[in-house]
Amino acid sequence: MKFRKNSESAVASDERMIESRDTVGLTQGQIIRKRFRQHRAAMVSVFTLTVLFIGVFTALDWRLLGIEIPGWWRYNHTDILELQFENCPGGSVGCPTIDLLPFIDGDGLGWGDFPFGQDDIGRDYFSLVMRGAQRSIFVMIIIGALAATIGTVIGAISGYFRGWIDAILMRITDFIITIPSIIIGSVVGYHFGNLGVAFLAFYLGLFAWTGLSRLVRGEFLTLREREFVDAARVAGASNRRIIFKHILPNAIGVIIVSVTLLMAGAILLESALSYLGFGVIPPDVSLGLLISTYQESFSTRPWLFWYPGIFIIVIALCVNFIGDGLRDAFDPRQRRGKVFRSNNREKK
Amino acid sequence: MSEPILQVRDFTVEFWVDGVWYPAAVSMNFDLVAGKTLAIVGESGSGKSTTAMGLMHLLAPNSRSSGSVKINGKEMLEATPKELQASRGREVAYIFQEPMTALNPVYTIGFQIVETLRTHFPISIKEARERAIELIKMVEIPNPELSIDKYPHQLSGGQRQRAMIAQALACDPALLVADEPTTALDVTIQAEILDLMRALRTKLNSAILLITHDMGVVADLADDILVMKDGLAVEKGTADEIFNRPSHPYTKELLAAVPKLGSSRKRKLSEAQTKAQPVMKMENVTIAYPKRGRVPEFVAVKDFSLEIFPGEIVGLVGESGSGKTTVGRAAIGLLPIKEGRLEIVGKDITRASQKELFPIRRHTGIVFQDPASSLNPRLPIGESIGEPILLANLAKGDALNKKVEDLLEQVELPRSYRNRFPHELSGGQRQRVGIARALALTPDLLIADEPTSALDVSVQARFLDLLLDLQDKLKFACLFISHDLAVVDILAHRIAVMQDGRLVEVGERDSILKHAKDPYTQRLIAAVPVPNPEEQRKRREARLAAK
Repeated sequence: MKFRKNSESAVASDERMIESRDTVGLTQGQIIRKRFRQHRAAMVSVFTLTVLFIGVFTALDWRLLGIEIPGWWRYNHTDILELQFENCPGGSVGCPTIDLLPFIDGDGLGWGDFPFGQDDIGRDYFSLVMRGAQRSIFVMIIIGALAATIGTVIGAISGYFRGWIDAILMRITDFIITIPSIIIGSVVGYHFGNLGVAFLAFYLGLFAWTGLSRLVRGEFLTLREREFVDAARVAGASNRRIIFKHILPNAIGVIIVSVTLLMAGAILLESALSYLGFGVIPPDVSLGLLISTYQESFSTRPWLFWYPGIFIIVIALCVNFIGDGLRDAFDPRQRRGKVFRSNNREKK
Repeated sequence: MSEPILQVRDFTVEFWVDGVWYPAAVSMNFDLVAGKTLAIVGESGSGKSTTAMGLMHLLAPNSRSSGSVKINGKEMLEATPKELQASRGREVAYIFQEPMTALNPVYTIGFQIVETLRTHFPISIKEARERAIELIKMVEIPNPELSIDKYPHQLSGGQRQRAMIAQALACDPALLVADEPTTALDVTIQAEILDLMRALRTKLNSAILLITHDMGVVADLADDILVMKDGLAVEKGTADEIFNRPSHPYTKELLAAVPKLGSSRKRKLSEAQTKAQPVMKMENVTIAYPKRGRVPEFVAVKDFSLEIFPGEIVGLVGESGSGKTTVGRAAIGLLPIKEGRLEIVGKDITRASQKELFPIRRHTGIVFQDPASSLNPRLPIGESIGEPILLANLAKGDALNKKVEDLLEQVELPRSYRNRFPHELSGGQRQRVGIARALALTPDLLIADEPTSALDVSVQARFLDLLLDLQDKLKFACLFISHDLAVVDILAHRIAVMQDGRLVEVGERDSILKHAKDPYTQRLIAAVPVPNPEEQRKRREARLAAK
């Protein structure tokens, strides 16, 4: 019958510590925010994306309801300027003047007149890329918001009510899944391309919700069997209240993750469509359109290809990383923190 | 005394949580010799499972352990992963709580036993299979030659646990660690498994380390007992010492918390109450789960009749799968009734639609089995409790806040808890929240669906006290569903026994418990473990003689 008084008191003091720590109650939202902040890639992405958004949307002049809002960049994407050819390699024209190598050539960091160069007719390529990024982000947000709304509502209704409602909604979903979105995009772009990028994004959003609705439906099918749903029903809650107040907040993790992935996909879809010529119609530009226009220039003037490409990659990657971070933060089974293996040897 | 198989000295396990090492088990010291059983007893969170898993390095990677664990004289804490792997299964085997999750559902039980054998011995598949059949015979699964090719889902719960034991015994381990081996099983099956484990211990002469919170199980099997609390061993002794002369107050508390059959005060309804109109009346009710696709219709409850009078607690007892939860859910209109008649507070709701049920909801409440699942994890508990009141349009804003606080007080929870989320509460506290929500509309009928099965004994005792107090004060009628006769004994005025969807017997509590007529009820009563080794032995012998 061995007792260890000293260790007992040690445990007791530790216990008090645990208790006092526990009284600092954390809400679900606080826990998620804390976990999200620990995700380094996601935090870097949030920062990058914020800086990028602000930069991109304030670069050019805006014309809102007849009021001119000047941008911080000296040119607009429609200005046609004189082509520069000084210091350009291999006799090419309109090369980028941005200088990122401060020590090798000895003249320091600088933007120059045309940081990303000029296109064939002398337009400032930096302005074009900014305008293109604006369009692409615009498309991304419209598609994301639209698909999230439709997908969540359809998935929630079919998962919650099951039966024939589920059967009909899911067959419609199946039907839409069978049509490749690139074909929908081409047809819409071909017929309604002149109606502008918002219209295209709207149409793409109408067809992009299928995967999300499947996920939400699956989540609802499991959650509706949980006892707290029965408890709400016994308390007299209506179907509407059960769906939106009780089940949806529990499925929000899946929805957020899926939507961020969808938004990254939307940027790529718009680029692909513009590359094929069905997306944004000139004189408006988008990142995909810039790439497709200058694909032949790759060997002689590679910067016309590089800069829009880098922007696509950065935006898509950032959105993906944020989605990744959100998924980890929402999933309580994810363990974070220091991991100890073969710790006994470490101690010795 | 022979050389101990397991020798544990100064064994400490700590977990790294949020930048601090938290001790889960501190300075454990015990020995275990062949043919003996050591039981580690304690509430959940006391560190008993951590100790058992720590012996073979089966803990999460954020843990560290120190001290010394010797198995057959070999130091385990310094063993390399390869040595550990060789020892696991060969020298130390584990039996887990839930056989359905511990067995791999995509392989037959034979395959899993053969796999264990072939990992440790250089034998052919044929030899291993023969040995597996032998093992299955040893654990008394019927038709060993056929059963060996069955998948876990084709076996009953008890048979699955037997298959787990067969797999654990495959390599004749010197030490068998049984982590709550019977918690997931019904009382009658629990008794069978305990008999089997006792028989195997004498046959194979291995040592058993039993982890459990159930003092009845301990009384049945253990030679020595170690009581743990908050990571510390508070008392250690032989079974006789612990049960008859406990010295530590915590041990005494633990023993006192175990509900005992036939020990509670007499409860009787007044004449007036039994003459009154019943709160719930079921007449020849049949409840069926409709057919879905190719799965045929399943009749869960057949020809069931029961009346509950105002202020009466009726205990509904039966094994899992007997349909008792189905009855409870149907009684408040969560499940439709196929045949028969159901009346609640004088209204016939047999064919009621969702809309017609709405006014009935004010008169009923339900406490669910699993408090973790029955509270919405994203709602603060104050909101969960207030929801029925809000939806019944009885109160709003400040008046609602006041009511929620009153309810919290009623179930003895601090008011400040109202802003907490369910995951911040312990199991017992969550179940209190469940009661507060069920009582929010001061119902006439409360359905309690195994509200204590997820709780520790001492928490369960406090919970039952609270429920009794509330019932005395508020006088609601209650259908208390449980598989534990001892719990029902404490609460109920009358007891109804169910088997395979039928009502077997119903009557006054004392007449059922003392003079049960139906053999099934008698079996159920005989199988309840009693926290007293002497008594338990007598009952066991009587049970075996009756076979």
